[in-house]
Amino acid sequence: MKDFLEQAHTFISQPWPWWMGGVIIGLTLFLLLKFNKEFGLSANLRTMCAADGAGEYSDFFQFEWEKQGWNLMVALGAMFGGYVAANYFGGDGLAHVSQATVDTLNQIAGKDLLTTTSVHFVPGQDTTHGVGIPDFWNLYSWGSLFTLRGLIIIVGGGFLIGFGARYAGGCTSGHAISGIANLQLPSLVAVVGFFIGGLIMTWLLLPYILQITI
Amino acid sequence: MKLFKYIIIGFLFGFGMWKLEAVSTFRIIEMFHFQSFHMYGIIISGVIVGMIITQLFKKGKIKTIQGETIKIDDKSRTWWRYILGGIIFGMGWALTGVCSGMMFVLVGSGYTVFIVFIGAALLGTFAYGYFRKALPH
Repeated sequence: MKDFLEQAHTFISQPWPWWMGGVIIGLTLFLLLKFNKEFGLSANLRTMCAADGAGEYSDFFQFEWEKQGWNLMVALGAMFGGYVAANYFGGDGLAHVSQATVDTLNQIAGKDLLTTTSVHFVPGQDTTHGVGIPDFWNLYSWGSLFTLRGLIIIVGGGFLIGFGARYAGGCTSGHAISGIANLQLPSLVAVVGFFIGGLIMTWLLLPYILQITI
Repeated sequence: MKLFKYIIIGFLFGFGMWKLEAVSTFRIIEMFHFQSFHMYGIIISGVIVGMIITQLFKKGKIKTIQGETIKIDDKSRTWWRYILGGIIFGMGWALTGVCSGMMFVLVGSGYTVFIVFIGAALLGTFAYGYFRKALPH
């Protein structure tokens, strides 16, 4: 039994192939539809605003947010999932990106800071994770928050995501997955928008933002 | 306890997204540079399986737990909000390498600074609600 559990742990801890996305996303969607719910995680942001009384400022936040408790539970579950996966099934803790991507990352940094065996999952460091990540790639940490670069990325990026997701009426889960799966043309347009914005940021702006040293 | 099952569903999703490296900023940079099939594989396989499941539900081949055929509202047929909102969201996604689902997974994994990230996303959501009537939809 102990051997079996150890083998299962090792098996789950290895990097997963892309097609597991079909399994996980399919299962998530199936279970939620079974319970008569639509998959979309950014809707929680609207619920949280409404629960904090934002309805006073805009009728956008006046809706039956009490009925959205189930979706907050999905977000809470996702947090637990992240906790267990990162701490108990993390494997080598590396993002197994291609050599081409490592070259691109080093080009952006202007120095050979990373190799295929040193690209961490998250470009950040805290007391238990990401030890040994180069300073240049330490974006997500409390220390980074107090630099201009970290502030732009953490606060500016978070703002864009919150604003854009509600403006577009959904995010990666609501449009790219649920919406397209339901053959909604507006969702396809939104995903084209995601990629236009993403490509502008990645190719034209991000390399300069990462160069900010204050 | 009625809500407990949703924690399980969220757990499955969060665990899976972590193991699939979809929470990794570096994977998103790789995706926007078209340097690996990995992220596209996750999204495309998810959409194909999701499409089959959704259509089976809509046609009533699979019923909900209450034994009913599901009704999913169609998205409104306007365009500005999808293209402009999409571009803004995409810029945030590529700037951070994190989308609105993954920020919850990342807080849980121990990168507590993502609490600030979620706070900023709430501020963005609030700003949209506040200025909504002035924006083209």
